Amino acid sequence: MSSEQLAIASLTDRVKSVAVRAPVSAVHFLGERAAFVCAEENVAIADATGEISHVVMHGGAILCTASDDKRVVTGGDDGKLVALNAKGETSVLATDAKRRWIDNVALHSDGAFAWSAGKTAFVRSGKGEEKTFDAPSTVGGLAFAPKGLRVAVAHYNGVTLWFPNMAAKPEFLQWAGSHLAVTFSPDNKFLVTAMHEPALHGWRLADIRHMRMSGYPGRVRSMSWSAGGKGLATSGADSVIIWPFASKDGPMGKEPAMLAPLQARVSMVACHPRQDIMAAGYSDGTVLIVRLEDGAEILVRRNGSEPVSALAWNAKGTLLAFGTEDGDAGMLEF
Amino acid sequence: MSELSSQKIPVTVLTGYLGAGKTTLLNRILSENHGKKYAVIVNEFGEIGIDNDLIIGADEEVFEMNNGCICCTVRGDLVRIMDGLMKRKGKFDAIIVETTGLADPAPVAQTFFVDEDVQRNARLDAVVTVADAKWLSDRLKDAPEAKNQIAFADVIVLNKTDLVSKPELAEVEARIRGINPYAKLHRTERCKVALSDVLERGAFDLDRILEIEPEFLDAGDDHHDHDHHHGHDHHNDHSHSHGGLKHYHDEEMQSLSLRSDKPLDPTKFMPWLQNLVATEGQKILRSKGVLSFTEDDDRYVFQGVHMMLEGDHQRKWKEGEPRESRVVFIGRELPEKTIREGFESCIAA
Repeated sequence: MSSEQLAIASLTDRVKSVAVRAPVSAVHFLGERAAFVCAEENVAIADATGEISHVVMHGGAILCTASDDKRVVTGGDDGKLVALNAKGETSVLATDAKRRWIDNVALHSDGAFAWSAGKTAFVRSGKGEEKTFDAPSTVGGLAFAPKGLRVAVAHYNGVTLWFPNMAAKPEFLQWAGSHLAVTFSPDNKFLVTAMHEPALHGWRLADIRHMRMSGYPGRVRSMSWSAGGKGLATSGADSVIIWPFASKDGPMGKEPAMLAPLQARVSMVACHPRQDIMAAGYSDGTVLIVRLEDGAEILVRRNGSEPVSALAWNAKGTLLAFGTEDGDAGMLEF
Repeated sequence: MSELSSQKIPVTVLTGYLGAGKTTLLNRILSENHGKKYAVIVNEFGEIGIDNDLIIGADEEVFEMNNGCICCTVRGDLVRIMDGLMKRKGKFDAIIVETTGLADPAPVAQTFFVDEDVQRNARLDAVVTVADAKWLSDRLKDAPEAKNQIAFADVIVLNKTDLVSKPELAEVEARIRGINPYAKLHRTERCKVALSDVLERGAFDLDRILEIEPEFLDAGDDHHDHDHHHGHDHHNDHSHSHGGLKHYHDEEMQSLSLRSDKPLDPTKFMPWLQNLVATEGQKILRSKGVLSFTEDDDRYVFQGVHMMLEGDHQRKWKEGEPRESRVVFIGRELPEKTIREGFESCIAA
């Protein structure tokens, strides 16, 4: 434990340990229970007491995952897209005909979902209609727009905005380089990608103005919109980088806020759904809660392990869950 | 090397021109009982007749990094596949990446230097090139990809030797050596080579650079000095003999070997090397070296692909071991005079 951590308030003794005992690659909430997505095969469901049960989702690696609080959907290297509901029941949503890896998944609040295998993106609407779109290169990320049935498909040299229910030609947003994760701002005004290079790229959708957000020492693997979409918190540096999106110009010409610096790389970020606070996980295993206004920190987990690889709040913001690459996990109730 | 590098998963890049026998070799690796489990990244799913959930189809997507430098191309699909494979760590011992017959091996190799996450988990073990004894000589004339693959190789499997006569075999070997005298060469029929000669070679492992030294010597790099002049005719190569052995000099692709028994000045050598690969990296396909620096009891070893370099102190020089520095470049139209003069200027006064 380092001295800088000794100096701050701590909640470490209130954390309920969850013995997942396998590398954790993501965590979601199904109501009050946390679903820890393992690197392979299983999801471990835990309640606030730390009680745990394992559910088998795939026959190999779990490559991607998404959740809408009602279900967790995962894609695997077995070519399957599998859903898990709050009762702990699984159902296979899709099986790739060529048994290709399911690389990406995204969920829509109306029940629609999207996934990708290689260059092909698929959407199945809430009514069960399926549409496909072939991207110019392998799909790096998928995201639904907050309004309407519109899907952002990230790929090499840009993002395609696809409207599965319209005959209109997909809209192509060009920017050189390989685009991976993609996210819409909650107000539907901005689109941001995390690139293969250590940088973000953004577009203001009204006029397709470009926004370059660079300066990271490492690739950005985790992004989270703060309550109300005022800022986009990101991993990839030795402090949390938060880009301002409250004004109509977004981060154009502005500096990001840099909070909670440690002698380690931020590996995961998760903003509280209602309040201006967030959780940050680091490459040394530290988990902090950070107040966005002034950067005040509270320690949730001490350093000294593999990187934090999963971090999430429940929808009400009363529970926080985290997991690490070496299979440790925990929950904290507020 | 360090403990960490030994925990990294070794990756063999398997290349070779169309029809040379890559798939034959892959099928052997996958079907033979060697007690090891390989994850194999292939470009054509159907060719491998073996059902295995660790065979992954790739798309050979070559991505330029955003700085626009042609030498910083990586295989985007490989970055993604490696990321997915790492979730199954412990389920396999090594990874084999097959490239299409027309692929340049550089973006594959560079992926293992450039990408932070890939580098954290895996290390390039060797580039293995399967060559067709009957057709390679022709392909070296008309297919730049074939030449690239030979130049890049750490191990060359010269296959289908049963289809050529002894003089033809000597001819094709001389042509290979004209381009790359440093690779380990195996003559095979139907890719019958001991898998230990192909896999887990550690050719990219700095610790083992010296293991390829016998080949350095066999190749007789003194004979390969390019400081003698030849009259050029219409052919794109020319040969001459030393003690009955035929030697070719490929005019486009050469190797260059430098030596010094006097120690090098590290404050001069490192900037010189970095500047050389930064300015001439497009021409330099591979570089390797073992160095003796002034006031340094450790051997320093380095290796590189185009503009990418990695190097480290390796171990103490042994007592009685000649403290000799040796550097090898393989590349296209190498600026030999500049390189030689630059190297000379790094020798400590």
